[in-house]
Amino acid sequence: MDILTNLSLGFSIALSPYTLMLAVVGCFLGTIIGALPGLGPSNGVAILIPLTFTLGLDATSALVLMTAVYYGAMYGGRISSILLNIPGDEPALFTTLDGYPMAKAGRAGDALVISGVASFVGALLATIGLMLLAPMLARVAYLFGPSEYFALYLLAFCTLGGMASNNQAKAAIASCIGLGIAMIGVDNTSGMPRLTGGNLHLYDGVDFLVAIVGLFAVAEVFFFIESHGKESSIGVKLEKVSVPWKEIILTRWVMLRASAVGFIAGILPGAGASLGSFLAYMTEKSIAGEKGGFGTGVAKGIAAPEAGNNAAAGGALVPMLTLGVPGSGTTAVLLALLMTLNITPGPTLFTDRPEVVWGLIASLLIANFVLLLMNVPMVKIFVRVLQVPPAILLPGVTMISFIGIYSLSGSYFDLLLMIVFGILGYVLRKLDIPTVPVILGILLGGNMEDALRRAMVISDGDGWYLFSSPIAIGLWVAAVLGFIAPMFLRGFLKKPQRVTD
Amino acid sequence: MASDRIFGLVMAVVALAYIASAFQIQVSFLSDPVGPKTFPIIIGIVAALSSMFLVFRPDPEPEWPAAKTFGALAVAVTVLVLYAYSLRPLGFLLPTAIAAAVLSYQIAPRPRYAAIAGICLSGGLFLIFKYALGLGLVPFPAGLSG
Repeated sequence: MDILTNLSLGFSIALSPYTLMLAVVGCFLGTIIGALPGLGPSNGVAILIPLTFTLGLDATSALVLMTAVYYGAMYGGRISSILLNIPGDEPALFTTLDGYPMAKAGRAGDALVISGVASFVGALLATIGLMLLAPMLARVAYLFGPSEYFALYLLAFCTLGGMASNNQAKAAIASCIGLGIAMIGVDNTSGMPRLTGGNLHLYDGVDFLVAIVGLFAVAEVFFFIESHGKESSIGVKLEKVSVPWKEIILTRWVMLRASAVGFIAGILPGAGASLGSFLAYMTEKSIAGEKGGFGTGVAKGIAAPEAGNNAAAGGALVPMLTLGVPGSGTTAVLLALLMTLNITPGPTLFTDRPEVVWGLIASLLIANFVLLLMNVPMVKIFVRVLQVPPAILLPGVTMISFIGIYSLSGSYFDLLLMIVFGILGYVLRKLDIPTVPVILGILLGGNMEDALRRAMVISDGDGWYLFSSPIAIGLWVAAVLGFIAPMFLRGFLKKPQRVTD
Repeated sequence: MASDRIFGLVMAVVALAYIASAFQIQVSFLSDPVGPKTFPIIIGIVAALSSMFLVFRPDPEPEWPAAKTFGALAVAVTVLVLYAYSLRPLGFLLPTAIAAAVLSYQIAPRPRYAAIAGICLSGGLFLIFKYALGLGLVPFPAGLSG
């Protein structure tokens, strides 16, 4: 009955009025962030981190606020997918496939309600899964030594690169850019400056928040300048919102299956929410067969990717909290938050700081119900948010990014660095090079090198030590498979294209 | 084709320069078996190899915007750089209004609208950050607020 004791500890924290308020505010902000095209969960959470830090929130509060934003953004992403045919973020892409056709057929309200309920089922089940699985995984994580951690980091880069990119070489380059940047600064072990080019500003290394905000938020502005914000005008009208009970009940098994698929996909380090919604959609599509009518605006086609997406979002928290290895781009950003707050994720987090973990889990459970309320009866408010023109939104986002980073360090050097990262992010995305491995590299580079060096200290320089335990060997095999297998599976697993008008 | 090749070549050169400077890292007398050089060198080698792969097996060319759009992007970058330098000496309100207005104009070219958007964003954000979130922003140039 360990879990019940822990949960009651968690709820005692989550139900305090202040934490509750933060969770509600987070849900609200998150849904807006998810709904706005051009502001997905990664960059939304990224620009808010410097602000929570300057607000001086304590660790639990900051984490509750930001994960509520994260969950909220996952709910909100579907709104622009359905109404504008623009995925608010990458995993919401699969919601456009059936959501937009349904909305065009005059059933925008139904599509929003079905997807809202599916999001709720997926997120709730995933949070329960997180609650049950994370403590177990945390116990396994105690068996991890430096060589296992090194292999685990490698696995994260390999699966992320393999799944998220269309070209393995490009994913590898992206990882190397991130890892290379992480090496800049004073070396932890020897205390000597490395690769700073003599620039004093670089002695502390490159702040990952600067890189994240630059790559995600500033780069987005450049994309909007390129497209002149043309893509984002409301395509369909939302008349009235009623609850299509029949279709919700009809899709109950779809939601459950999709949640399970999504949760498992989310747990895989590096794979993340996109894979979750993709697998969920494809599984349901093949179960329904030709007669299912997937792609023409059916309820199952909306429920599956949304449940999968939100379940994966919860699943991605498992490796992030227990092992310190994020399962997706946004959890990488949340990991950055933990590091800023001086919390080391990993098995010790569960024993040393149970109030953080269980307060977070309880808050997520509460947040789910708040989000269901916000996203079904109150969905019209968020639809109105979509009408904010990009010519106001994007400059606003940029200014908030600048203020956030400036208030952290007060140095113009970090602002310039952020602009450089913005340009880098634009060029990388243009060339179809994923930016998430860059972030992951900057975040994990130091730890990965430390793991390697500690392993070599233990074994006195014997390279075979890296393969000395079954867990390590298993992780190496998984890493190689995760990197190579997608090359052969690409023929099968062709991503469905976006619906065009 | 060409873009990937150029990018691959640039990255390969950067990777080689990175490896070269990794060899220059000073090693203290108290060091572990791996030392501070090895990991950066490994990264450099992996980067160089994958870059060369890109040079020989490039993907299809992405859609680059027209030259005019590049002009707009260059303007945006310049404005952001100037903004970064002017925040401290000129205070928050004026640089933010100008930078936001220019960015807004680059996204939707309507001068009056952009100017109003800039002023409103600057004022609104200042009020939110200063009074709701309590950040210590300086509104005006240092000389004016005395």
